Amino acid sequence: MDEAALLLSRVQFAVTIALHIIFPAFTIGLASYLVVLEAQWLRTRDSIYLRLYDFWVRVFAVSFGLGVVSGVMMSYQFGTNWSRLSETMGSILGPLLAYEGLTAFFLEAGFLGVMLFGRDRVGPRLHFLATLLVATGTLISAFWILAANSWMQTPAGFVWENGRVAPQDWIAVIFNPSFPYRLVHMTLAAYLTTALVVGAVGAWHLLRGSADPAVRRMLVMAVGMIAVVAPLQIVAGDLHGTNTFEHQPAKIAAMEGHWETRNGAPAILFAIPDPANERNRFEVAIPNLASLYLTHSWNGEVRGLKAFPPEERPPVHLPFWAFRIMVGCGLIMLAVGWWGALLWRRGTITVERRFLRLAVLAGPLGFVALIAGWTVTEVGRQPYVVYGMLRTADAVSPVAGASVSASLTLIAVVYMLVYGVGLWYLFRMFGVGPALPDSARRPVPARGSNRPLSGADLAAEAEG
Amino acid sequence: MEDIMPVLLIGVLAAAILLYVLLDGFDLGVGILYLSEHDPADRDTMMLSVAPVWDGNETWLVAGSVVLLAGFPAAYAVILPAFYLPLILMLLALIFRGVAFEFRFKSNRSRVVWDIAFAGGSLVAAFCQGLVLGGYIGGTADGEVSFEWLSPFAIFCGVAVVIGYTLLGACWLIMKAEGALEARMRRLAPRLLLISLAALAIVSLWTPLHSQRIAERWFSWPNIVLLAPVPLMTALAALWLWRTARTGTYAPFLAAALIFALGTVGLCVSLWPYVVPFRVTIWDSAAPMLSLWFSLIGVVLFLPAVLAYTAWSYWVFRGKVRADAGAYH
Repeated sequence: MDEAALLLSRVQFAVTIALHIIFPAFTIGLASYLVVLEAQWLRTRDSIYLRLYDFWVRVFAVSFGLGVVSGVMMSYQFGTNWSRLSETMGSILGPLLAYEGLTAFFLEAGFLGVMLFGRDRVGPRLHFLATLLVATGTLISAFWILAANSWMQTPAGFVWENGRVAPQDWIAVIFNPSFPYRLVHMTLAAYLTTALVVGAVGAWHLLRGSADPAVRRMLVMAVGMIAVVAPLQIVAGDLHGTNTFEHQPAKIAAMEGHWETRNGAPAILFAIPDPANERNRFEVAIPNLASLYLTHSWNGEVRGLKAFPPEERPPVHLPFWAFRIMVGCGLIMLAVGWWGALLWRRGTITVERRFLRLAVLAGPLGFVALIAGWTVTEVGRQPYVVYGMLRTADAVSPVAGASVSASLTLIAVVYMLVYGVGLWYLFRMFGVGPALPDSARRPVPARGSNRPLSGADLAAEAEG
Repeated sequence: MEDIMPVLLIGVLAAAILLYVLLDGFDLGVGILYLSEHDPADRDTMMLSVAPVWDGNETWLVAGSVVLLAGFPAAYAVILPAFYLPLILMLLALIFRGVAFEFRFKSNRSRVVWDIAFAGGSLVAAFCQGLVLGGYIGGTADGEVSFEWLSPFAIFCGVAVVIGYTLLGACWLIMKAEGALEARMRRLAPRLLLISLAALAIVSLWTPLHSQRIAERWFSWPNIVLLAPVPLMTALAALWLWRTARTGTYAPFLAAALIFALGTVGLCVSLWPYVVPFRVTIWDSAAPMLSLWFSLIGVVLFLPAVLAYTAWSYWVFRGKVRADAGAYH
């Protein structure tokens, strides 16, 4: 086997999936948000909802496009770079991905055109149906791809046949032990990610002195979402962790930074793991807490990494740090949601500048938490690609290291260019904000604003 | 049943690939035609004619690969690594042309960059697909680095696919464009048809010369009579396109699509029953029964709906491209 091809394929897949996943996650949340906006517009005929829809649908179009093209690249890598995974596991992973295509990708693509271009052609009700079906497609897509990913984490419902797996019970395959937890955790993450971005854009415009009621409304809607979903996500994350503890204890040991198996294991707040000596340095920990939340017992047994042979252990640094980043992001999200909800009740949410600044800074936290979370679960599964069944090193294609090095270089260059430009356009749209109503297409009286141009002028320029 | 299931699924796979070639074929062809159409307003029309449907068209590319994975994992695991570089190049090219739809209408000064991305991405993607096709027919080596996709035959197939897609794109624009652009496409289509037919003829003669097996398939008795309708109908479709290129609205595109469909039938005849030509058959590489069942149930339940709403979205955007088509931008 070609060691270079293995290492480079892993790097290439990590780059491809990390840059892919942030877009579907964002568009899952955004599509649902667009459904709410359009439903509210049809129900109340309040033009603020329509203006918000027209603004966010353009953001959706760019994000969805970036998600589609990077997703095609990712799906082909199962074959180009991981053909031995495909050969041994394809009879299970293939049908799951085929169902994703049949029930989700086509649904999204079939109605996306009408959603983006068809309002004048099909009328408001059919247009709403198109938005609804696109949003449904994004959620169905999450269902199947997470079923496939969860199966790779906690395989079930199969038998080995001539060195390959064969499905035995599709219900057990799809609803494998970690799937419900991962599905909930990921869907909530998508909603949080989108709400944080929507809130940040609203807060940004309020800080710049916008008096547009649409801006206030998007901030309030986002804060409401975060205030409800952030605590739910913490509960869902905890349940997911307990499930992982049951099925993948080595991953939990790496996440927690536990080397020794202990009754009454501490929760380690900070430490620098030292894999060479199988211990932690500078450890700051709360006694017994990890046992409490993993086993729901003060003195429950928690296995440490030393309980697993070295060749069965995941690397410790990445899951350990990524887990702490994810949890930290989650706590900040909770603060944003609850502080914002408090200010909203007091009626001061648009003027409390410290909160608005926090909301702007928290804008990208959903993406950070998302990539950190996926790092935890995917690196924590190592050295396996299908847990306990197929090692990553045995899954790689028989391609030459030179080929993978060429493809990785090209992918890096193209992604930097395309995603750089994509982010530039997205930020420019965020900066312009929702278009003002036709009657108000005058320079905005922007108190405290240092903008040289009005939003409307910028919007007109960007239309060009 | 054991023998029929893989055959049914290979039929689905062939249909998915044909739909991909027809649908993404015309929109890649429209991209390639950017190379000869320089007027900004015409370029707007061309891009807007495919903007509402390109994403769905490209979805067939994903569908083809996952059906291959689901039904024939052992073949999938041979074919994809064998064409590692042209596939990656194709996917990168598709990224460029895919983002061009959004970026082009949001750019002012950099618009020319996205015009190049759209045209270049379409051209490279089409050429790479031809390389893969040629290499695939030529035969893949097992488990070693193969450069079959760089053989003269594969490169010729690359050029042929580019020309064929351009023909589909021109016929699409006959339906969608008006005025001078439409007139130019009507003049261009017959010329592209002649070149495409020549390319098709060369590939059709090259393969039996290349492979004894393919020659026997087509020229042994009674196959030569049974299979004669394939080239005959191709000739009729070409004649239909030739006669309607000046005046027809839908006929040229339908005729071009028919030529592609017959080409696909011809390819299936040549390669049957191999999934990896002349090494791995449909039955050798088929997934276990329970996988095939599950996949086929999904196809039966969902594919008709997919086809119906895809057709509906084409119906919504039927007719000539309207000037307000890009309103949401």
